[in-house]
Amino acid sequence: MTRSLGVRAAALSLLIFVLFIAGWYLATRGGPGVATVDPAYAKLVGAAAAGGGKSAMPGPDVVAATLAKHLADPFFDRGPNDKGVGIQLLYSIGRVFLGFGLAMLVAIPLGFVIGLSPLMSKALDPFIQVLKPISPLAWMPLALYTIKDSAASSIFVIFVCSLWPMLLNTAFGVATVRREWLNVARTLECKPLRKAFRVVLPAAAPTILTGMRISIGIAWLVIVAAEMLVGGTGIGYFVWNEWNNLSIANVVVAILLIGLIGMALDQGLAFAQRKVSWVE
Amino acid sequence: MSAHPLVRVDGLMKRFGTAAPVFADVHFRIEEGEFVCLIGHSGCGKTTILNVLAGLDEASDGTVLFADRELDGPSLDRAVIFQGHALLPWLDVESNVAFAVRSRWPRWSAQQVLGHVAHQLDVVGLRHAAKKKPSALSGGMRQRVGIARALAIQPRMLLMDEPFSALDALTRGTLQDEVARLCAETSQTVFMITHDVDEALLLADRIFLMTNGPDARIAEIVVNTIPGPRRRQDVHHHPAYPALRNHLLDFLIERSRGFDAGATNYDPKNPPEIRLVA
Repeated sequence: MTRSLGVRAAALSLLIFVLFIAGWYLATRGGPGVATVDPAYAKLVGAAAAGGGKSAMPGPDVVAATLAKHLADPFFDRGPNDKGVGIQLLYSIGRVFLGFGLAMLVAIPLGFVIGLSPLMSKALDPFIQVLKPISPLAWMPLALYTIKDSAASSIFVIFVCSLWPMLLNTAFGVATVRREWLNVARTLECKPLRKAFRVVLPAAAPTILTGMRISIGIAWLVIVAAEMLVGGTGIGYFVWNEWNNLSIANVVVAILLIGLIGMALDQGLAFAQRKVSWVE
Repeated sequence: MSAHPLVRVDGLMKRFGTAAPVFADVHFRIEEGEFVCLIGHSGCGKTTILNVLAGLDEASDGTVLFADRELDGPSLDRAVIFQGHALLPWLDVESNVAFAVRSRWPRWSAQQVLGHVAHQLDVVGLRHAAKKKPSALSGGMRQRVGIARALAIQPRMLLMDEPFSALDALTRGTLQDEVARLCAETSQTVFMITHDVDEALLLADRIFLMTNGPDARIAEIVVNTIPGPRRRQDVHHHPAYPALRNHLLDFLIERSRGFDAGATNYDPKNPPEIRLVA
């Protein structure tokens, strides 16, 4: 048995997946029960729950069918409470990109300043230490009150939660650029901007990208919660809406899609990180 | 000694905090086209002196004149070859040298820059590695790129801080020969730190001997009486070689420790010049 590690890992992954699906299927397989409740209630809560089935939890077959239905038509828009899951995801991704992009515009230049100036680093440190551990959602009421727009408020919350990892990693990356490389730039009489872009930035880029990866991960976690709070659009709102509809299958599909998009965002930045990383 | 040496150092002193100075009362001159080696044990402030000459560090006291002007920060006139090669690891060999060339001649076209880089890489025999990253090179090749980068900007003076100390003996020998050849060809003024006596005798025209720190001084200046061009395969056959080598080793082992700066026959402004012949 000398198959490569990759092949064996893939086989094991597949086995775990099959076992999981089988377990899920067995656990949720409830026989069609006899209706013991008022038909009007049954209509309201769904046949499975009303029928006295063991569980309202959908099996993998039901979830797969729901997923197929969503993927077949992801972008329909039939009013505020009935939009395709694709549209909802795009709303969420758009907010994450906006908030994350704004955070980048602030965090990377500010991180440069903090990293290059021990004075600024020490002066700003207490503020960062206090602001960093605040849950981004705690800002939500303040944002809603001052911005008076729910969509902009959720973007602000994304901005706040993306800021800190990028800021701290940029500052760290910039502050730890090897002294030798800075000396090379100095002996070559590099102008400050040229030094910043040709020496400090490439030297710190892998660390900055690490911060960006952490940030986008947190942003994707937070957007779901933020949208549950503010409502209207987005995958977070979709999840909450489907919970109110007691459509667990839709919730499970949304959870799966949230995971996949989160992975894609992370992998995108991991790819960028590989592009800018260097070996000594 | 000419009236206008390229480098003129007077009363140089470096102190960290309130401790005794690392070195003090250091005076020396370096003539245009001269190859000078500074020898001393660790902790005598050799690297600090080199960094002061490079403009990367500031002395606590004393003056440094370069081409009759007070030295003010780093300059393209003085190229540094660092102990660790200090290549930028995200750039390939060609771009590393090009970075220096562009700093020197910002108005050059891309073609001019690449032409000059290719020539410099030819000089150190690394044209085939132009597109390689430093991480893909051996230690000797990396240091060659460092040499090419330093020479590419055609500095008036080359500063080398134990450039070969991290290399194996074979590579070190080859690179020493090359540096000797390159510097002789272009009459390059060089200030180099080393603790290798043989290296100093191969490369240097004059050798500054520094006492142990703290409060280190230049104890004496040994003139290399082996005439150039010196080559590694025959320098040790020269009749003056054993005497010179013994003198340097004796200094490093014995006299560097017990040096008395207060001795009446010692003038820090004019350290004794030793001229040994066979």
